[in-house]
Amino acid sequence: MTLEEAIIELIRRTSTDLSPDVEEALRGWYRKEKKGSVAKNVLKTVLDNVALAREQSTPVCQDTGTPIFYVKIPQGTDDRTVEKAIVKAARKATKLSTLRPNAVCPITGSNSGDNTGNGFPVIHIHHWKKDSFRFDLLLKGGGSENVGIQYKLPNAALGAGRDLDGVRKVILDAVVQAGGLGCSPGVLGVVIGGDRSSAYSLSKELFLKKLGERSPDPVLAKLEKEMLAKANSLDIGPMGLSGKTTVFDVKIASLHRVPASFFVTVSYGCWAVRRRGMTYRDDKARFL
Amino acid sequence: MKVITLPTTEKIMRSLKIGDVISISGIMYTARDAAHKYLVENKPDFLRDKFKGAMIYHCGPVMKKTGEEWKVVAAGPTTSIREEPYEATVMKEYGVLGVIGKGGMGQKTLDGLVKCGGVYLAAVGGAAAVLAASVKKVHGVHFLEEFGIPEAIWEFEVENFEATVSMDSHGGSLYDEVTRKSKANYKKLFA
Repeated sequence: MTLEEAIIELIRRTSTDLSPDVEEALRGWYRKEKKGSVAKNVLKTVLDNVALAREQSTPVCQDTGTPIFYVKIPQGTDDRTVEKAIVKAARKATKLSTLRPNAVCPITGSNSGDNTGNGFPVIHIHHWKKDSFRFDLLLKGGGSENVGIQYKLPNAALGAGRDLDGVRKVILDAVVQAGGLGCSPGVLGVVIGGDRSSAYSLSKELFLKKLGERSPDPVLAKLEKEMLAKANSLDIGPMGLSGKTTVFDVKIASLHRVPASFFVTVSYGCWAVRRRGMTYRDDKARFL
Repeated sequence: MKVITLPTTEKIMRSLKIGDVISISGIMYTARDAAHKYLVENKPDFLRDKFKGAMIYHCGPVMKKTGEEWKVVAAGPTTSIREEPYEATVMKEYGVLGVIGKGGMGQKTLDGLVKCGGVYLAAVGGAAAVLAASVKKVHGVHFLEEFGIPEAIWEFEVENFEATVSMDSHGGSLYDEVTRKSKANYKKLFA
């Protein structure tokens, strides 16, 4: 399989076949919702949709989002060969309807029609010591993207100071503000510290981690569990129609910050956490 | 479950209440950001007959063309609040009686629903495959060149398209209730 073909297949899997850890988590929360409730009905529709999309090989959600590629390549590989393969694969995937044409020029308003454009798809390339390629693709939809938010501490309106208590206040405020607009139940990717761009960038990379996996830092792991429970006590529910499941995972990381700035960045992931990986070596792809 | 056929009437829409789950059949029209702005700024006449008693669906679908025919591959709702500046005007101007979307809309739209006897319906966000299956035929498309596939006005003939009334012509809104409750619950956490 050529690299381009492998990427086309990676796109197809990411768009149409939701990862087992996400589906299992949704099923678990579906069971918790009250019988006959709107919340339970919504989650049933979601699970039916996941199964149908996989069976038909059609997108789980019509907003296939911004394709964000995280790539690790062997030292000495020319970045441009990888970028070219990704761009070609994005065009082909659009023709195959596993991606919706999503690249719009903000100046002219015209849709490029093939998922390519300035900075589109998003590609992060790092070189590593292995002799294989590792691709992780995250499809980040617009609805959830619109309810991501970056706070500055102290935040007077919320009474949030520069401490973990302040961090708690803004994280939960982000969930309140999002309501059901990000297609709850959601996953939160939180970064404490950093600068505006490094924090937002890392906050999305957190969606690549397995659901239920806790931070290796015990303080952050404890905070993740606490935020999950408290977010669900808000009773926003699936699609903001009330229910027990408002958030179904929280990932928190921290980055050192410059003294004057204390950002808390929350990226919101919709229930359709679409990320898949593959390794590629000797013309063979292994899909994870 | 109540079955609603399109085009519908004000009387039927006023009989609906928040929480009602309905099954829709007939032709609905997709319209989102570019279309709403265009409709309010240009008020094209060719849509008047089509939109009377109709429902608008906030959706940017994934479409596939085979020969001359279009097929719907994925068609879940997009976030409706972005159309808040335009929706009540569109409903009043064209006699649209239903708006289907995700996440709800604001006071201006709610007032519009009360005035013209319309409803806002929640379709499940991301239920793209399930909702696409309810589209039996694509009757046509408008502004495809200008707006592109996700933003064009698509004519979808649907059967058994399920949605929940979440804002009604009596001023009820499930979203207002959830927002109030969630803000109160937030306050409790930090009391």
